[in-house]
Amino acid sequence: MTRDLSEQEFFLGHKACAGCGGSLAVRIALKALGERTVAVLPAGCMSAVGFNFPQLCFGNNAIISTFAGTASMMTGVLAGLRARGEEDFTVVGFAGDGGTADIGIQALSGAIDRNDDVIYICYDNEAYMNTGTQKSSLTPFGASTTTTPAGRVIRGNTSEKKDMFGIVAAHGIPYAATASVGYLDDYIRKVRTAASIRGTKYIHVLAPCPTGWGVGTDATVDYARRAVDCGLWPLAEFRDGEFSLSRDMTDPGALPEYVRSQRRFRHLTDADVEHIALARDRRWEQIRRDWTVPGA
Amino acid sequence: MNPTIRDGFPGWGPTGFPESTAYGAGFLTTDNAGWRERDPAIDLGRCIGCSRCYLYCPDGAVRMEGRRPEIDLRFCKGCGICVRICPKDAIAMEARQ
Repeated sequence: MTRDLSEQEFFLGHKACAGCGGSLAVRIALKALGERTVAVLPAGCMSAVGFNFPQLCFGNNAIISTFAGTASMMTGVLAGLRARGEEDFTVVGFAGDGGTADIGIQALSGAIDRNDDVIYICYDNEAYMNTGTQKSSLTPFGASTTTTPAGRVIRGNTSEKKDMFGIVAAHGIPYAATASVGYLDDYIRKVRTAASIRGTKYIHVLAPCPTGWGVGTDATVDYARRAVDCGLWPLAEFRDGEFSLSRDMTDPGALPEYVRSQRRFRHLTDADVEHIALARDRRWEQIRRDWTVPGA
Repeated sequence: MNPTIRDGFPGWGPTGFPESTAYGAGFLTTDNAGWRERDPAIDLGRCIGCSRCYLYCPDGAVRMEGRRPEIDLRFCKGCGICVRICPKDAIAMEARQ
């Protein structure tokens, strides 16, 4: 049941908050990829908690990039290792939702265009958590952040979560997937699949943040599962130009409870929750129409 | 992308660059035991060795000795994820010793 993961811990002693979903995503990906992995991390939670000089919490080689340049530095690391004659290695990037969908999207798009042989992993905690919860373009509708505070007139974030998975797939990337730290077997399988494919790979993993979402430190995995089960975070893959759903929505009725039990959403009205449910239903109509769905 | 480096360029080439920063990876870290308010305790009589606590720990503080989990209290922050993920309720958070 240890899934052939490396027994070694490559992300140990880091200073992430207790119950951090992002650090779980990094830890598991590195255990799946092994020691000969070079990790690139831009400004964000995982570089802030992993490199407190002279502490180096990574057990593999890891480097901090500029905020906007995760993917371009991955290209450089790949070129450097090839120039040294290295073989049998993996270049992986771990960027947050802001570093991916806002600040680093141009460099990511460029790397996919060149089809550089790297794995880009976006750990999505749905806001700029490292700097104290500012809205990113992956913050969901209605969430209260320090830049979209819930007030009497405007109730939190007014925009919808950007479809980063669809944007990446639209490049014609060899492999892209969505995952959740609530379903690690599925995540590990997708990381391994990505490692077996040449060219650019993108994995978008939902990683709840107890601090920014306002949930218990012990509830990270629970919320990561509930987001999938109630249909707000569909687990899927994109390969050879085709979308396929990895796991069907199992508990659509749990959406109101999933939303209302988080501090970031507690100001929402019944109509707001209904709006979130309708957006989900429209999304699933499109998924069932256009994607390969298991058992359908 | 495969870079080309011209021959005869003095000081250039893959061997001309420094190999690393000051320390090897994983050289040094401090423990996080001081963050914890409660201690996790495993009831090994109820444990079935499924390794979920090992897999889902964000801090890598659980190690499997065969089918027996052991918590490295130096790196446990006391988040309680292992308590909720355990299918046999074999882990509880207790007052800190």
